[in-house]
Amino acid sequence: MSKERVPVVEQIFSANDQIAMLNRQRLNAAGVFSINLMASPGAGKTSFILRTIEGLKNILRLGVVEGDTAPVTIDSDLILAAGMPAVQINTGGDCHLDAVMLKEGLNQLPLNDLDLVIVENVGNLVCPASFKLGTHLNVLVASIPEGDDKPYKYPAMYRGVDVLVINKMDLLPYIPFKMDYFLQGVQILNPGVISFPVSCATGDGISKWCHWLIAQRNHFIGHGD
Amino acid sequence: MHELSVTENILAICEKHANENGASKVTDIYLTIGQLSSIVDDSVQFYWDIISQNTLCQGARLHFQRLPAKLRCKQCGHEFILKGELTLCPQCESMRIDILSGEEFFVESILIEKEEAL
Ligand SMILES: Nc1nc2c(ncn2[C@@H]2O[C@H](COP(=O)(O)OP(=O)(O)O)[C@@H](O)[C@H]2O)c(=O)[nH]1
Ligand SMILES: [Mg+2]
Ligand SMILES: [Zn+2]
Repeated sequence: MSKERVPVVEQIFSANDQIAMLNRQRLNAAGVFSINLMASPGAGKTSFILRTIEGLKNILRLGVVEGDTAPVTIDSDLILAAGMPAVQINTGGDCHLDAVMLKEGLNQLPLNDLDLVIVENVGNLVCPASFKLGTHLNVLVASIPEGDDKPYKYPAMYRGVDVLVINKMDLLPYIPFKMDYFLQGVQILNPGVISFPVSCATGDGISKWCHWLIAQRNHFIGHGD
Repeated sequence: MHELSVTENILAICEKHANENGASKVTDIYLTIGQLSSIVDDSVQFYWDIISQNTLCQGARLHFQRLPAKLRCKQCGHEFILKGELTLCPQCESMRIDILSGEEFFVESILIEKEEAL
């Protein structure tokens, strides 16, 4: 019997990343732009999706994939009530969606009749950062009541996103939240990341976000990547 | 629950490389994990002991090599290792900082046993 050292150097998320790539190709082929919304529970992901639907419903055809750890359809029911196709993916207790789960979600959506798919990831600031889904944009919804130290505590999440939404701006007067300190952490981790301060309660900031999203989607249609 | 899928991925990678190299057994697994990636060693080991049963990797020891987070200031070029919380450049207080390393997360190598060819 002999002993041998085998060099491997293989990324632990490589299997997931490969399926994420297939999801992306499929979305591209259908001409569907897609975003992955991540946040802690209660940050306002569902509220933000509902506001986005309101802002875009006469412009883009939207579909929504809802990730939930339990088989409750509270969130997807809200989306359906807003008149958009929604699919509920039950992660069976998992703290994140992964690329295989999104693949199954996409199977249940009429992709050829859609322009934009919004994925609501499971509420969690740790795990979703590691599992790429294949969506075109990764969006983090931060919210004022969570506190200004979250970039420092969850660096991987803040680092990996393309867009930062700062929700519940209406609560800023009532909560000790040092915006400078918060933005400093964001800046170190993710220099120049675009951010949208919004309030899903009042609707402030939503139209700016919707315009930007439409522009991103148009750019995508023009370039197909 | 994150750690369970992580551990399953580690097992799949190790088994693939063990098979490709004609191993009869995997004895040691070397993982490289950056300080900024968010995996908890203890629970990976916990899941590992369960899911590696009846595989080539049963009983293999997991070794975690932690890499520190290394940063470089874009303004003054100062390089430093992160201790604790993310900070401004300790030398010039700039917030324009590159993260050079600390985000790694991969299987670096495995130690295998092979039966001698007759
Ligand atoms: N004050 C305030 N409350 C909000 C805002 N956005 C969401 N909420 C509330 O926050 C709670 C959680 O929102 P939800 O959209 O379910 O969060 P999710 O868990 O991230 O999907 C609900 O009670 C919302 O009404 C906001 O901008 N301002
Ligand atoms: Mg929700
Ligand atoms: Zn400096």
